[in-house]
Amino acid sequence: MKPVYFDHAATTPVDPRVFEAMTPFFCERFGNPSEPHRLGREARSAVDEARARVAALLGAGENEIVFTAGGTEADNLALFGSLARLQPGHLVVSAVEHPAVMEAARALNGRGWDVDYVPVDGDGVVDREAYRAAFRDDTRLVSVMTANNVVGTVQPVAELARIAHQKGALFHTDAVQAVGSLPVDVDELGVDMLSLSGHKLHGPKGVGALYVRRGTRLQPLLHGGGQERRLRSGTENVPGIVGLGVAMTLACEAMPEVRPRLERLRDRLVAGVLARVPEVILLGHPTDRLPGNAAFAVRYVEGESLLLRLDARGFTVSSGSACAAGSDEPSPVVQALGVRPEDAHGSLRVSLGRENTEEEVDAFLDALPPIVDELRRMSPLYAKR
Amino acid sequence: MYTDLVLDHFTNPRNVGEIEEADGVGEVGNPVCGDVTRISIAVGEGDVITDVKFKTFGCGAAVATSSMLTEMVVGKSLREAADVSNVAVAEALGGLPPKKMHCSNLAADALQAAIRDYLLRSGREAEIDEILASPPKAPEPSSH
Repeated sequence: MKPVYFDHAATTPVDPRVFEAMTPFFCERFGNPSEPHRLGREARSAVDEARARVAALLGAGENEIVFTAGGTEADNLALFGSLARLQPGHLVVSAVEHPAVMEAARALNGRGWDVDYVPVDGDGVVDREAYRAAFRDDTRLVSVMTANNVVGTVQPVAELARIAHQKGALFHTDAVQAVGSLPVDVDELGVDMLSLSGHKLHGPKGVGALYVRRGTRLQPLLHGGGQERRLRSGTENVPGIVGLGVAMTLACEAMPEVRPRLERLRDRLVAGVLARVPEVILLGHPTDRLPGNAAFAVRYVEGESLLLRLDARGFTVSSGSACAAGSDEPSPVVQALGVRPEDAHGSLRVSLGRENTEEEVDAFLDALPPIVDELRRMSPLYAKR
Repeated sequence: MYTDLVLDHFTNPRNVGEIEEADGVGEVGNPVCGDVTRISIAVGEGDVITDVKFKTFGCGAAVATSSMLTEMVVGKSLREAADVSNVAVAEALGGLPPKKMHCSNLAADALQAAIRDYLLRSGREAEIDEILASPPKAPEPSSH
């Protein structure tokens, strides 16, 4: 069997149609969009077209989209851009944010901002009571992700944004995992800013976007030629932006077919793992989760070992274990769900994508139990349980 | 990030298990930190390690160093085996990624604990310090 890619939450293969659309913009139509000559105008219209596509798919206006070098930059622009121009006050984020938001919040904390990290329940959903209680008179911004990258839980963003607005705060959401997988409409969500990334939806790496609601005041992170309505200086990544526009269009067009299919595959995988492997904990919300995300804590085994064993058998998956991430602590997201650290070390994330098949899921379900058995026989913890 | 030899020892670990009626057993690490290694030894004539087995809960580096260590110390005297350092095991594996060096400390530490256990059981407490003259260790990250 050919290798099976089950790590779509980390990154996705570029769709050949996306690659084809990008190709002319490297060697032939390489103009700088800021130049008035023919080559420049061609590049400008390609960027404009991509912007129109991205805006339409989000239900946004074209002048509300700022292209960035990826999701991390979009998150940083949202947090620093909206807050750096203000006197330090108070910022609220969830306890399960991506490092791009978490570390930006910590950096703001170092600049005098108070930060509250709102806890989540056992399913990974933001605790509403704690969320409401976190607000202060000087709360300027809230950032809660649309869907979690590790455990897949989808947050009630519309409700959280409404509360933030009642309290007079701006609301940003990191929708990097959600865009292209779930319907995302900025007005339905009621958010002021929203981050997305190209390479999570079969587009290229190195490109993303920040939606910025009209009237939201931001300061740029990068100063220079004033591109992207002065919010993101630097010559536009034209091939990347074109690729993002096409990738997002394809993902959203395919969603009515892909989403229910992925949900069926995911549910088959989850049910199969829970039935065939004892002492496994499903991580994240049982139903309100990304269509392709299946996340587990496999007790008495260490996640990197599991990942490497599966890799040797041709299955590419991910682990939030400390050792897989090269840190000392297992995934803070998994621990925020209340999973004990010793169990969090056994975290396993399977993220399905549109090219995956039922045969691949079934092959995984056959491969996993003997691998877990073998690792448990090797584990001094298992004998003592 | 891992050498072929590390992956080989990880994929086909040598001497996995537990010696029944072992002469010495050592277990180090903490499940909360994500790694635990247990080593059991059989000791024969002239203080020679005649058999050694390991069990490890841990990452690829932790398993591979445990496996490599068991191969390195079979047939050695207790004193020689105690001199096999974490660094030596990592070198025998063709090196480990810097972030993984601390994972490699467990195996040799567990062996030292097993040797100590053997000496205690056989009433040779007085020899512990001499036999377990501490070999150099890989640097521990401060937060670990």
